[in-house]
Amino acid sequence: MATNSLRKQDAKIGVLLVIPSLLIILGITLQPVLSTLYLSFFETPLSKPSGGIFIGFDNYLNILKDKVFWATIWRTVYFTVVSVGIELILGIAVAQLIHSHPPAWKLLRTCLIIPWAVPTVVNGAMWRWIYSADYGALNALLLKFGIIDHYIAWLTNPITAMNLVILADIWHSFPFIALIIQAALASIPEDLDEAASVDGANALQRFFSIRLPLLRSAILIALVIRTVEAFRVFDIIYVITRGGPAFGTVAISFLTYFETFTYGHVGKGSALSFLISLFTLGMAMIYIRFLYKPEESRL
Amino acid sequence: MKIWSKFIVCFLVIAILAGMVGCSPKTSEPAAPAETTEQPAGAEPEQVTIRVLTMQQAGYPVEVVNEIAERFMADNPNVKVETEFVAYEALHDKITTAMATTPPAYDVVLVDDIWYAEFSNAGYLYDVSDKITDEMKQGIFPSGWEITTVDSKVYGLPWGIDGMYFFYNEKILKEAGFDNPPKTWEELEEMSQVIKDKGLVEYPMVWSWAQAEASICTLVALLFGNGGTFVDEAGNPAFNNTEGVEVVQWMVDSIDKGYTNPASISYLEEDVRNVFSQGKAVFAVNWGYMYQMANFEPEESIINGQVNMALMPVFKKGLEKGIETATINGSMGWSVANASPNKEIGWEFIKFMTSKPIQDEYSKYSTPAWQTSYEGENLEKLISYSEANKVLIPNYVKQIPFAHVRPKVPYYSEASLALQLALQQALTKQKTPQEALDEAAAKFTELQEKYQ
Repeated sequence: MATNSLRKQDAKIGVLLVIPSLLIILGITLQPVLSTLYLSFFETPLSKPSGGIFIGFDNYLNILKDKVFWATIWRTVYFTVVSVGIELILGIAVAQLIHSHPPAWKLLRTCLIIPWAVPTVVNGAMWRWIYSADYGALNALLLKFGIIDHYIAWLTNPITAMNLVILADIWHSFPFIALIIQAALASIPEDLDEAASVDGANALQRFFSIRLPLLRSAILIALVIRTVEAFRVFDIIYVITRGGPAFGTVAISFLTYFETFTYGHVGKGSALSFLISLFTLGMAMIYIRFLYKPEESRL
Repeated sequence: MKIWSKFIVCFLVIAILAGMVGCSPKTSEPAAPAETTEQPAGAEPEQVTIRVLTMQQAGYPVEVVNEIAERFMADNPNVKVETEFVAYEALHDKITTAMATTPPAYDVVLVDDIWYAEFSNAGYLYDVSDKITDEMKQGIFPSGWEITTVDSKVYGLPWGIDGMYFFYNEKILKEAGFDNPPKTWEELEEMSQVIKDKGLVEYPMVWSWAQAEASICTLVALLFGNGGTFVDEAGNPAFNNTEGVEVVQWMVDSIDKGYTNPASISYLEEDVRNVFSQGKAVFAVNWGYMYQMANFEPEESIINGQVNMALMPVFKKGLEKGIETATINGSMGWSVANASPNKEIGWEFIKFMTSKPIQDEYSKYSTPAWQTSYEGENLEKLISYSEANKVLIPNYVKQIPFAHVRPKVPYYSEASLALQLALQQALTKQKTPQEALDEAAAKFTELQEKYQ
């Protein structure tokens, strides 16, 4: 009884201590969310946020009917799937490499943090220079190795430009996945691996049948975080291509930016923001539905 | 349970209050202005900080703007000027975002001519009509006042009456066997072919045709040089007529023929300057600032002493119509935020920044908006300010009368983006020039109707 009473007392104190920060966090999160939701039902110019006309769900309906919106959504999905997919494969491979403790693996692990630590805008500027047709490192390198015979204007084709932006994003973000997976690999008991080895499992079988299932929770975390980030991509596109050529690299956040700040359509921009939130929430739920297994998360 | 009930109630109250604050109408109407108050005799003047938003691109370099700000602060010890620089492409959106709050994040902003209608319509800018002196009225070019005036109200002081100019590398052109620059774009193509045949450069011409306003500027220069126009007399889009389509087709062809650097589709003005300054192009179209940097600054260019300027060529069709040259008017103005609590100090700052002595002194970076700077002895004095001015100023005097403005409408930014997209779709061959320009014209008309 005494223990129970003490626990209740502790719980009360815990709740009381958490309340102020929780209120602040929820307050500052909820206020913009409610404000954005409110604005999304109005036709509101940026210059006169108070002068909006209530139009109900028209902003949402107009967006959903707009072919530019759907083209942008598919472009964003392509960016997300390709970049996160490659980052995941690369991240797992590099994590496995570090986990096998090759020579200088500690140095490798430290180096891995560098791309991730570079601010995205700096990363974008760096890759813009690398891709420059006339003074970029990519052309110089390919020319030196005889892969191309003249400089190529990489950012003038919408499809090439999109894939090169993805490449820049992969370079920046795959270390994040690698570090999460590497930490998870380190927590897997080695005796499982050794037992399988004794039973005659080869390296590939041990990886796919033992380690990979145990990495499910870590992969889930990395996937949810990176998918949400990739779906909302903005800064790297802004710096490398500004959405060009011919809107070929405009992702959904960039479209929202155009609507809100360049065109000044705050209502439509707010509705777009809400739709982005719904899409990302949907994706996170799909991941959790298929990947989350509570019993494994306790490992 | 009790503690949780209290928690939920507390949270809901705070959330609702926060929501109400967030949803309550914000206003861009100016707050009660905290004008500079008269100080009692002997009292120390109050220290005031003004924040200035400008661009780091064409025009005055960062260090020049900061130097002018230092000079203003030396004259006004109670004022601190904080400058912030962004790329031109970010300037419009930065201003609109900053103006959404009261007081705004900036007291003084640099405004492009195409934004004055939008910003004045939105109530962002301080009406300075009654502050304009006779000396200003008569001294500054009428075309400068056209930039900062909307519906007979003046919203800023003209600065840097500028246009796009035609630059060429005299040394390479002579090596190709030509003593004079081209007068028509067709002549430029012939010269380009010779330059290519002789292996002097791979792509003789470089442009700023990226998905940005710079592409519209070059389009306007080409369009008027072909006898075309942006909008007709009634204000309806005319860029998709025969002359416009011919121009865009010429742009596409010039890439296909290898006369224009294909990377131009992704280049802005600074890329043009860098490529040209590396001697990788013989011809370039850019703002006046490029001349000083490409021809006189060894750390910026490897072709110092090889650069010259000429009147912007036109198409043969334009020449037959009597058009000698055509360019874009890319002037800007300095304005004070209407909701700024420091409007009067902001006004003093823009007055200083755009004053004749300052604009004359730094004329090698941006040509002055004062017509009196180009008259009689003043012209000689202006030319003497720098080596660059010996070429830049005479070209300015000849070129600017042929500078054409873009439509001054509040929806310009949106209409321009539609035209930028059309250009990019044509240049990347996703659409024919006619299809792309027709779509942009339809968007322009849609916006026109919406705003009417």
